[in-house]
Amino acid sequence: MEALLDTIAPILAATLRVATPLILAALAGLFAERSGVVDVGLEGKMLAGAFAAAATATVTGSVWYGLGAAIGAASLLALLHAFACVTLRGNQVVSGMAINVLAAGLTATLALAWFRQGGQTPALPADARFPALPLPGAEWIAEIPLLGRLLVTVIGGHTAPVYIAFALVPVAAFLLWRTRFGLRLRACGENPAAVDSAGISVAKLRYAGVLIAGVLCGMAGATISTAQGAAFSTDMTAGRGFIALAALIVAKWRPWPVLWTCLAFGLLDALAIRLQGVPVFGVTVPVQAMQAVPYVLTVVLLAGFVGRAIPPRAAGVPYVKER
Amino acid sequence: MTAPAIECRGVSKRFGHVLANDSVDLRVERGSIHGVIGENGAGKSTLMAILHGFHPADSGQILVDGNPAVIRDSADAARLGIEMVHQHFMLVEPFTVLENVMLGAEGGALLAEGTAHARQNLLRLGRDYGLVVDPDARIADLPVGARQRVEILKALHRGAEVLILDEPTGVLTPQEADDLFRVLRALRDEGKAVILITHKLREVMAVTDRVSVMRAGRMVAHRETAETTAAELGELMIGRRPAASSRPIPATPGPALLHVDDLRVRDNAGVERVRGVTFALHAGEILGLAGVAGNGQTELLEALSGMRAPEAGAITLRGQNIAGLDAAQIRRRGVAHVPEDRLRHGLVAEFEAQDSAILGYHRDPAWRRVLGLFSRSRVNAHAARLMRDHDVRPAAPRLRSSLFSGGNQQKLIMARELERAPEVLLVGQPTRGVDIGGIEAIHTRLRRWRDAGKAVLLVSVELDEILALSDRILVMFDGRLSGELPAGAADERQLGLLMAGAHA
Amino acid sequence: MSLRPLPRWADLVLLPVLNLVLALLVSAIVVVAAGQSPAAALQALLVGSFGSWDSVGFTLFYATDMAFAGLAVAIAFKCGLFNIGAEGQAALGGLGLALVMLWLDASLPAGIVVPLAILAGAGFGAAWGAVPGWLQARRGSHVVITTIMFNFIAASLMVYLLVNVLIEPGNMAPETRRFAVGLSPLSDFGFPGRSPVNLALPLALVAALAVWVLVWRTPWGYGLRVVGSNPDAADYAGIDQGRRIVAAMAISGALAAGIAVNQILGSQDKLILNFTGGAGFTGIAVALMGRNHPVGVLLAALLFGALAQGGAELAFEMPELPRETVLVVQGLVILFTGALGGLLRAPLARLFAARA
Repeated sequence: MEALLDTIAPILAATLRVATPLILAALAGLFAERSGVVDVGLEGKMLAGAFAAAATATVTGSVWYGLGAAIGAASLLALLHAFACVTLRGNQVVSGMAINVLAAGLTATLALAWFRQGGQTPALPADARFPALPLPGAEWIAEIPLLGRLLVTVIGGHTAPVYIAFALVPVAAFLLWRTRFGLRLRACGENPAAVDSAGISVAKLRYAGVLIAGVLCGMAGATISTAQGAAFSTDMTAGRGFIALAALIVAKWRPWPVLWTCLAFGLLDALAIRLQGVPVFGVTVPVQAMQAVPYVLTVVLLAGFVGRAIPPRAAGVPYVKER
Repeated sequence: MTAPAIECRGVSKRFGHVLANDSVDLRVERGSIHGVIGENGAGKSTLMAILHGFHPADSGQILVDGNPAVIRDSADAARLGIEMVHQHFMLVEPFTVLENVMLGAEGGALLAEGTAHARQNLLRLGRDYGLVVDPDARIADLPVGARQRVEILKALHRGAEVLILDEPTGVLTPQEADDLFRVLRALRDEGKAVILITHKLREVMAVTDRVSVMRAGRMVAHRETAETTAAELGELMIGRRPAASSRPIPATPGPALLHVDDLRVRDNAGVERVRGVTFALHAGEILGLAGVAGNGQTELLEALSGMRAPEAGAITLRGQNIAGLDAAQIRRRGVAHVPEDRLRHGLVAEFEAQDSAILGYHRDPAWRRVLGLFSRSRVNAHAARLMRDHDVRPAAPRLRSSLFSGGNQQKLIMARELERAPEVLLVGQPTRGVDIGGIEAIHTRLRRWRDAGKAVLLVSVELDEILALSDRILVMFDGRLSGELPAGAADERQLGLLMAGAHA
Repeated sequence: MSLRPLPRWADLVLLPVLNLVLALLVSAIVVVAAGQSPAAALQALLVGSFGSWDSVGFTLFYATDMAFAGLAVAIAFKCGLFNIGAEGQAALGGLGLALVMLWLDASLPAGIVVPLAILAGAGFGAAWGAVPGWLQARRGSHVVITTIMFNFIAASLMVYLLVNVLIEPGNMAPETRRFAVGLSPLSDFGFPGRSPVNLALPLALVAALAVWVLVWRTPWGYGLRVVGSNPDAADYAGIDQGRRIVAAMAISGALAAGIAVNQILGSQDKLILNFTGGAGFTGIAVALMGRNHPVGVLLAALLFGALAQGGAELAFEMPELPRETVLVVQGLVILFTGALGGLLRAPLARLFAARA
């Protein structure tokens, strides 16, 4: 029993770590798409955030300045997205793709030029990274038979972003379903004409949704480079923005399901690494098959074969007043 | 006497060359239901859009409760207590009734602050006015009539003193309409001002206290409902017209080519728009289908042309049932179609005119040469000839379709559809947005086609046009044929009544 | 009031050029921010892409990828679809042609096995494109999202197959054995210099011509354009939207497989991972800039081929700038020609209106 727990606990702990940037980025997409603006540029904004965080933390020695810079950089890209999609009523997918390509180029160029380490930022010292936070009362909890050690290993000793990300899920749920702002934002994503005819500005709400997405993507990026990692390296987000997009769709654009989906995807990832070549019940599941699950699941749900993921009705459509 | 809830003095609004509202006056008293009637394009919707802040008036004055008011947007209108129930509902479908009602009037940054109040208010309003809706039902699950009640509740919750309803019964069953009228009377009795925009005389007579008639952008009459008749209103609505410039030469109809038998058609929302229509179309006649827009003519035309599969019934062309065939198959059987909405269906705005000139006939070998590929010179020559023969200006086949005037676009579509000498021609709103000169040319073209022994079904909301062209007139109301008149015997008053759903 | 549209030449030439200039100007700012001289960078780009026959050859080699990718995106666009899946379709195309090569390259003459492999590649690519097309047409799942997901599924599949199934025994790297034959390099036909540019280049030109004929010269392509420009008019004309959508995506996928033909059959002679080098995404920029017309796509492909080759040389000449620097230019071109299209168009239209 003890041995089994000792195997499971690190996997679950890794799940929480891996899920953190996914949760932040998926919540980002949630706000943008709930307001009616499709965001395929989560990846690029995260990447910009990861670079800004590592670069700033390197220069200032402060991880919090790094987080601020990450939020700033990602928000700038979000502002560009909002300008293209809301003000100019441009194609939202094209804008998102452009931001992905642009961010990949910008971060690689500036990383090499500013730090001269082959596209990496210098390795951050421990005090310029997010430290692992001890679980309050860990000694006491560990005394609980069996579960105690499990709890301490799984939920203790994570960095601040992990706790922030999990705390943001109820915050997002509250904001979207319990406040005036949330009601209006969601209405914008379904029927902007109804919002407009109630005398509320659709453009302002959509800017707000896209900018919140920028802030959250910045946090996700900072997590990757200054909590999980200790430096920025070229293309370090490695498609997490798209997994987050997949999670958002599988979660049918709702905050709590976003959490569960991201945890499930995180668990898959954590398992995939540990189960490489290890037979489970006599079958070796290819690691690639596990990695593909989020994408396959998304397609299946979008096609409505098993349940149906229906996006906010007005997402992707620029709002033009009739007549 | 207290000041009227709303007073318009000399309100004018121009869109491009069209004077949509020409110095309009209107007084709506509190505690009354005020009907505003008129044909399509008479200016009713423009006037209401001005009152609701959708677009500002060019000139004139609006007084609310006797005080001059400035209405720049719908937020201004809401502050003045003016709310509108749109023809197309402004509801968020996945939201509950309560959430929809609260949108824009939440009563605080947190929904909890206003929810209890809104819920209570909803129940109270429901009791007071008979507007019964479950506050926690999702809009998507509600029938149309209930959705309309939600729209009214929304307006009342936002503190409406003046409630404008734009063609509210267009989507309702007769029972639902009666329920609505009960609600409107209750509102009146509570001292609200209700403005009912409609073209249905039955409704005006049944529910209003006063009625104002608009025609061609002007307010032509105000009446106490009790002191007028449907006949008088119908006449005022249609007005005295100059006799049609050229009465049709008495036609010599041939055999029936197209039989429509108990046809039923649903629209995209699943609402049955054509509800059992039966008629025959003969060679050598122009059969006019009159009616106010939205009474099922569009769906009928779409079903006949193959753009929309009918729900039930038969369409028989020379003895063969063509119901359910697609547009290409029906076209090949000799039925041409000049669609109602030419920019949406009739051509491709960003195509060159010569490419729009083969839309629907693009598989024709006439403009294909080597290996069955298009010959640009043949496509071009074809378009050039059509343009010359039908006087399309400019006669520039390579100009983008969207750059032609409405009249010239229409002439091009007409040219394309007549090119194959179809036995049956379906025409929808042929002169909508076409200037006077263009109208004459198009009318001449249609008459000649009839004289050549072809069958023409003309769907138009313009009574003038129907009267000027038709050999026989059918009137459509609420998805059914409400009457048939031979052209000679057709009198405008009678037609107006049939179009408004009153029995002649 | 809507402004009159721009004159044709301004729309087709001036606007793309201005957008490119704008993208280059903003990129120059980035280069300055990186502490480098934009003039020197531009020079390195130009010399690197056109300075010698070798570089011209490489430029054309990359341009071949871009042409296939651009045509793939463009034909989908013509049908009103945004195919972001050229990467995955190309990968599957590579799989298809590799399977044929591994199976038959020893037993059949090159003149038969190579065309057969190309057909198989096109078929695999087409299938990988047709599925999202079908899901869009029949199930209403948005092709943008499904093609993104299909890219990742394809990537996982390729890694699995190359690591576990197709890998050459004894080889550490995840790649197949070398094929016995391939597409001949153009140097065999007298093209000067040493570069991997190969027969896939003329094939791309033929593909461009075929796309042009299909889309602009056949009734079928006419229907495709009607569906893309005005779906309601397609109903009026009796054109089946769903079938056009599936077919457009299949053709798009087959064209994307051209990247595999160029890279795998024309240069690598074995199936490797990530051989597309992002060309599938660059195809979006190529199509946008080329206005979805084959001629425009070929010109834009040349430009982006030069950027790809020049970028590599740039990284070599100026070690402070990585080859990803050209991604900045690329991203900005997508932004300016695509999403921010209204930015230059309106002022330009006013300018022309004032002059007229």
